[in-house]
Amino acid sequence: MKSLALLATLVTGALLLYGTKDFPAWGDPQAPASTYLSPVYIEKAVEQTHVPNIVTAVLGDYRGYDTMFETVVIYCAGMAVLSVLWRKKEE
Amino acid sequence: METIIGEIVAKYNYWIYVVLMMIGFYAMIGKRNLVKKLIGMNIFQTSIILFFVSTGVKKGGGIPIVDKYQALAGHVEAASTVNPLPHVLMLTAIVVGVSVTGVALAVLQRIYKEYGTLEEDEILEKLQR
Amino acid sequence: MRDIYEHTAGEDLIIKTSVRLMVPFIQVFGLYVIIHGHYSPGGGFQGGVILGASFILLALAFGMKTSQEYMTVSVNAVLNNLGPAIFIGVGVLCALFGGLFLDYSALDKLIPLGPVEWRSFGIFLIEVGVGVAVMSIMVLLYWNLSSGGAMDEGL
Repeated sequence: MKSLALLATLVTGALLLYGTKDFPAWGDPQAPASTYLSPVYIEKAVEQTHVPNIVTAVLGDYRGYDTMFETVVIYCAGMAVLSVLWRKKEE
Repeated sequence: METIIGEIVAKYNYWIYVVLMMIGFYAMIGKRNLVKKLIGMNIFQTSIILFFVSTGVKKGGGIPIVDKYQALAGHVEAASTVNPLPHVLMLTAIVVGVSVTGVALAVLQRIYKEYGTLEEDEILEKLQR
Repeated sequence: MRDIYEHTAGEDLIIKTSVRLMVPFIQVFGLYVIIHGHYSPGGGFQGGVILGASFILLALAFGMKTSQEYMTVSVNAVLNNLGPAIFIGVGVLCALFGGLFLDYSALDKLIPLGPVEWRSFGIFLIEVGVGVAVMSIMVLLYWNLSSGGAMDEGL
């Protein structure tokens, strides 16, 4: 059983390493992740929101919906732990 | 051979994260104890988060916190700061990971109270009886 | 002679004294990380975790009953709901004043500060809500997971 798991892991690792051939080099400023929308955020964030920390500005203002749903997720985790662990004492 | 060495040197961060991902993956499917599977899931998640953050690094760039008065007077170069968008998305991913770990530990406590053991094959045996 | 100083709940005397000295500074640092999130790395989630960790440290060193005197279970239940309520309340307030759901510049009609300044202040209100939510949920998770549902004694 464990050797089968090891074989599956090695095959998946080899496929993933073969897939990194297409990736851009580390530290490339022209990588596709950094050319579509994030220059707009970096250049316009301070003059539109007066907040120098660009990560907080994007998290709170430009992507405010994601932060709201994340707060709902952590609230649901608290409720789930309560509903799993609180039981009436069965006498 | 030289192109392979050149490629490994240029992209060695992706290779490190794939190795970490496979360690977590083996722990999730190869171990029998349920807590060890949970720890494997955490390792997997950590490697994914590190991988995403490392795709936004720019050579010679600083952290995405700029000087306020200099930015209001002049303008900010897009190549002088690291891409802030993966950082934002991975903050959400970290919090989701903490939530999933919390709920999984609560479910493991109920399983232990019900069956008395946390080994996967003993639980399956008790289920089939 | 030693039995007078050993209590049944909680740790040794050295640990109790040093935790008692450290917890106020940890809480002030957590509040600093939340409020200074505009100008330095930090923000709501990070400061909320630091504040929650200070209460968990109190519960580890003094026993769970003593730490539940500092944050009672009912206050924790109120704070659990107050975090998301602040967030969604700010959003609904922005929608009531004519803008979109989380459009902070529409709150300019309430108190005239300027639409760009309201965006900065709106982000600050959001971070306070997130910080309160994360702090109280962390403490609730620790209480429930370490005592198995009955919050009488923990680790």
